[in-house]
Amino acid sequence: MWLLNSSIGRKLIMSLSGIFLILFLLFHASMNVAAVFSEEAYNAICGFLGANWYAVAGTLVLAAGFMIHIVYAIWLTLQNRRARGRKRYAVNVRPKGVEWASQNMFVLGLIVLCFLGLHFTQFWYKMMFAELTGHHEVELGGAIVSAHDGAAFIRYYFSNIIVVALYLVWYAALWFHLTHGFWSALQTVGWNNTVWLKRWQVIANIFATLICAAFAFVTVFFYLESIL
Amino acid sequence: MDKNINITLKVWRQKGPKEKGAFETYKLNDVSQGSSFLEMLDVLNEQLIREGKEPVAFDHDCREGICGMCSLYINGHPHGPDSAVTTCQLHMRKFSDGATITVEPWRSAGFPVIRDLMVDRYAYDKIIQAGGFVSVNTGGVPDANAIPISKKDADLAMDAAACIGCGACAAACKNGSAMLFISAKVSQLALLPQGRTEASRRVKAMIAKMDELGFGNCTNTRSCEVECPKEVSISNIARLNREFIVAKLQD
Ligand code: HEM
Ligand code: SF4
Ligand code: FES
Repeated sequence: MWLLNSSIGRKLIMSLSGIFLILFLLFHASMNVAAVFSEEAYNAICGFLGANWYAVAGTLVLAAGFMIHIVYAIWLTLQNRRARGRKRYAVNVRPKGVEWASQNMFVLGLIVLCFLGLHFTQFWYKMMFAELTGHHEVELGGAIVSAHDGAAFIRYYFSNIIVVALYLVWYAALWFHLTHGFWSALQTVGWNNTVWLKRWQVIANIFATLICAAFAFVTVFFYLESIL
Repeated sequence: MDKNINITLKVWRQKGPKEKGAFETYKLNDVSQGSSFLEMLDVLNEQLIREGKEPVAFDHDCREGICGMCSLYINGHPHGPDSAVTTCQLHMRKFSDGATITVEPWRSAGFPVIRDLMVDRYAYDKIIQAGGFVSVNTGGVPDANAIPISKKDADLAMDAAACIGCGACAAACKNGSAMLFISAKVSQLALLPQGRTEASRRVKAMIAKMDELGFGNCTNTRSCEVECPKEVSISNIARLNREFIVAKLQD
């Protein structure tokens, strides 16, 4: 199967899974922004995305997308290290025109993954997972809240400056991953030329900034609300 | 104004493919800045021979930027710090008095070291042999102008055809990927009607050979196009991806 045993095929899977994750991020960021304007609306979305068959199915598809992206990331990175060979150059310079992010996609991905683990224990485990195991109310910082009360979760976690700082680091790593990933994914599917390369790069920067700014805005907004 | 400079060279020395190599340091005085990098290495070798030492082995042939033999990695750049030139076109005026210059062979699993600064670049020839050509029946030679080709396509094909197969792209790539080279060789033919006929067979065969030889997967870092002495653009890699994906989908 050429998607598995040719380099361009493997890259195509990397690219499509990356685009899929980007689309998910777009959805997630818009949903978060809703919380700033109306906690009821946000909780309605949380309720909608609770332990229903469609939300669980969606979560499984999403998890599969992540798994594919990560498995291929590890596979490609290992192959690339082997192709590079064991002998390394004594002098290394990053030439002008080569983005730092483009050479550190795996490390950036790993950082994103670690924080994803934190995020899961904080939110998903106490929301969808709690509900799936039959708990409709969970303990959160000494109080008992509904597993659908997403706004309560946001308010609780983002009142802690350390959690806020960690999340901001996460968004920064994500920003770097996306500024390269976005145009790289389009280059990989072949949708590029000399004119569009520059355009895609500009669009990638704007897009990554918008997404990360939206996440950061919600995080900081709830922190400020907690101290004011 | 060009003057004469004194330099220190750190050169990779390795007796054979299986031998362990190491850097040797040499001092070279009164090097004319008007000389080329390879002429400077000739002077070094004369000095080494006079001292009864083994001269440094390095590849070169045309010394005018067309054969692609002069594969040296100088101060962290394939073909040295200047842009859009091969090592043989690099001048010593790019270096200042008292400079230390580190010279290494290409380091990529696809290009094993033969001796000192010489590497085996035969892998690129194997990829060309796999499909980087147009099959023709010899006979009457048709007039070149009989087939109309748009100026844009002719220019793009010509830019891709500038590739001299030097290997700097894979040498510069942190993933050891040969994609820029193959994209140039696929594009120069895929853009022209004469090459179009065999385009899908060609791209599949060349990529299969590239993978078989163990070159890496491109992650679009762009170091290849930045270091390429012929400024081959990565838009050719986008075309290569397109050609390959379409060819596979048509199967
Ligand atoms: C929300 C999370 C993520 C998104 C939106 C995302 C998106 C992307 C995109 C669009 C690409 C470009 C694909 C291409 O070059 O064709 C990419 C590449 C990459 N990603 Fe992710 N990614 C995410 C998470 C991760 C994680 C968790 C890891 C790994 C541990 C990872 C590792 C990589 C690597 C190594 C590449 C470069 C591979 C290559 O270019 O060949 N990513 N990512
Ligand atoms: S694409 Fe450029 S760097 Fe690569 S082999 Fe051709 S001329 Fe050399
Ligand atoms: S010796 Fe021929 S290109 Fe440099």
